[in-house]
Amino acid sequence: MPATCRNGVLMSCCAPGAELALAMANPHTPDDEVLLASRIIGDGVRQTDLSVPGIHCGGCIQKIEAALSALSGVEKARVNLSTKRVAIRWQADKSPAPFIETLNNIGYDAYLHDAGADEADETLKELIRALAVAGFAASNIMLLSVSVWSGAEASIRNIFHWISALIAFPALIYSGRVFFSSAWRALRHGQTNVDVPISIGVLLAFGMSLYETFHHESHAYFDAAISLLFFLLIGRTLDHMMRARARTAVRGLARLSSRGALVVQDDGTLAYLPVNEIQPDMHILLAAGERVPVDARVETGRSEIDCALVSGESLPQPVAPGAVLSAGTLNLTGPLTIVATAAANDSFLAEMVRMMEAAEAGRSVYRRIADRASRLYAPAVHLTALLTFIGWMIVEGDLHRAATIAIAVLIITCPCALGLAVPMVQVVAARRLFASGVMVKDGGALERIAEVDTVIFDKTGTLTMDRLLLTNRNDIDPAALAIAASIAAHSRHPYSRALAAAGRGNAVTPLALNDLSEQPGAGMQATIGATTYRLGRADWALTAAAEQSATTGAVLSENGRLRAAFRFDSDLRLDIREAVLAMSNQGCRLEIISGDRDEPVRHLASDLGISYRAGVSPADKTKHIVDLTEAGQRVLMVGDGLNDTPALAAAHASMAPATAADVGRNAADLVFLHDSLLAVPQAIAVARNARQLVRQNLILAIGYNAIAVPIAILGHVTPLVAAVAMSASSLLVISNALRLHGWRSRKEPRVGALAGDVSSQALATEKAG
Amino acid sequence: MTDYFFLIPVALALGATALGAFMWSLRSGQYDDLAGAAERILFENRDGPDDIARAHGDEPSHRN
Repeated sequence: MPATCRNGVLMSCCAPGAELALAMANPHTPDDEVLLASRIIGDGVRQTDLSVPGIHCGGCIQKIEAALSALSGVEKARVNLSTKRVAIRWQADKSPAPFIETLNNIGYDAYLHDAGADEADETLKELIRALAVAGFAASNIMLLSVSVWSGAEASIRNIFHWISALIAFPALIYSGRVFFSSAWRALRHGQTNVDVPISIGVLLAFGMSLYETFHHESHAYFDAAISLLFFLLIGRTLDHMMRARARTAVRGLARLSSRGALVVQDDGTLAYLPVNEIQPDMHILLAAGERVPVDARVETGRSEIDCALVSGESLPQPVAPGAVLSAGTLNLTGPLTIVATAAANDSFLAEMVRMMEAAEAGRSVYRRIADRASRLYAPAVHLTALLTFIGWMIVEGDLHRAATIAIAVLIITCPCALGLAVPMVQVVAARRLFASGVMVKDGGALERIAEVDTVIFDKTGTLTMDRLLLTNRNDIDPAALAIAASIAAHSRHPYSRALAAAGRGNAVTPLALNDLSEQPGAGMQATIGATTYRLGRADWALTAAAEQSATTGAVLSENGRLRAAFRFDSDLRLDIREAVLAMSNQGCRLEIISGDRDEPVRHLASDLGISYRAGVSPADKTKHIVDLTEAGQRVLMVGDGLNDTPALAAAHASMAPATAADVGRNAADLVFLHDSLLAVPQAIAVARNARQLVRQNLILAIGYNAIAVPIAILGHVTPLVAAVAMSASSLLVISNALRLHGWRSRKEPRVGALAGDVSSQALATEKAG
Repeated sequence: MTDYFFLIPVALALGATALGAFMWSLRSGQYDDLAGAAERILFENRDGPDDIARAHGDEPSHRN
């Protein structure tokens, strides 16, 4: 990720998204995969969409566009700074140019983005168009109404009413569709939602006004009907924008499952096949840095496998011919030939997706606050209007007057508070969370997370980071560490990265190395002067058999003799202690459920002082959550692995870090981008604050009705009163929503990665000692 | 009063023009990258939001 933009001449590069937790292993992306993810847009031109999270200023735009346009076959590259994406158009008759490598070379991480996955944009445009039409109609009708209210003579008033009707009718059809269709869908299934009373109110108001206009009466409510639509559409559009933005941000993250694999065909040629065309017994070539596409067995080659995302094991596992691999695991060091043992539909990944769907179906359907409230609100309002109508019929017996007053009651009680107050609060809350790197997928998630009383964490990748840390640094001779760090700087293996980071922490100066080579599945070798150093597995680096079995982790050997042994463990997530403390203070019970071995989980759990379960299978994780839910607890599941995905779907609310597996990220309600675990208590705090404001807004709405309804029942609501009352109540709930305050921890959240590193290393050393 | 009646269609026409202009700008993708547009104003080369689409006679709304 680019820390600075060298040619950002005029632009500052201090965008808040600059330190997102996206620095992860760059899987090698073959040309075929680029081809598979591109789409034809006519004229022999293909388009590839890349998501580049590091774009954050004008300098980045110029740099990226210039670099990509210089490639052969590229017709045009255009950066979208808002969505942090690049659209590249290239000639389809040539093979794709190395887009991703080019971007990596100029310092940007780039990931393939699924083309055509943006249907959500169309809905947003539809809403904005409806909003524009309603705004145009409302403002013009309002202007005409002002002259009517200020006492225009009867003939002018009639003409103005007719013009208003002419403007209102198309606007009602165009902008009102949004509510009518949703209300119709609900009614057809025998349900009600907020849109039902809205639609009834607006349609009756329009119908009555039309009748009044025909009969040259003085009261027409076109302005009220249309401005109601306008206000409600504002709420609807903001709500949709919030969800669309979160979805775009989540979709832009690195894709962690493979799209296809290089298959050796019967005649010996290689073909790149999409994952769902891979059949059992096919031979697949798996390069280092690629993910295993389907469940498979190793045939030839030695390597190490990172299972963190799949099973929760934190340390790389060595594999040799015969070893069984789960789909989704990452091949770290050496190339492997593997034999598929299951098709994609029967692989671990597909099984997790099936379990997730089952868990989702089993979870009781959550009804949002606005819909629940409207279940009480709509009958009450409609009953009041009906009783008003009957009452006036008994008192005066004038059908027209009774109907007018009953409809005025409907207009004045039309649920602005429900349609606007709730989404407004949630939009403000989602903005607050977005600014601190937490993506909220929809408003319902905020309502659910506010109810949480139990938080369950996965360990690997959630409480810990996806990078390792050297745990016994204090026991190691600084000279040996300097040599190991210098060698490790040349490899991307997790152990090597941890060593290189430890070396940087000790500020060692890199030594000059000769004959550097990497042995897949074993380690690195280098010479300094006449001495040969090996850094890697003990049975490869050491010649003495007695020493070989005595060491785990990695060793540094000097001419075959042990120089230093290194032990590793996952690095803890930033601010983990503060986060645990904050969540306890919020009244949440905490628990760790991990698929990892007992020992590391126990270590971490006792260190943090919370209960744990280790070695738990995905099905048991889900079952545990279902049991807790049946016991009346509201569970928030925080997890990142494939094995957590069913549990994420089963829980009342769920959160996942940006580094989570694709399926998990899509299943989670909230995704947090930064390294700090404080995102979890922060989300809970903001959601609870939002819930409080939503309640206040509903109370305000009830108070407003308590004043306005008697006036309406008594027949004193003129169009002027209706317009003023409705606008005033809308403004009131909006300004109340803006009172939502962000969450402040006692300590300022750390921005610099360095400060974070030091403190979490200190924690880990403490833990090891 | 009736002498000034012509102002009403004028007002409505102005409003409708503004609405049309907004719809056009929405269609032509001018709101797709608001953050990028603010930066691109400082670049020397000329380019609009939809020239990538215009170059191929493509419907601009198909772009992201």
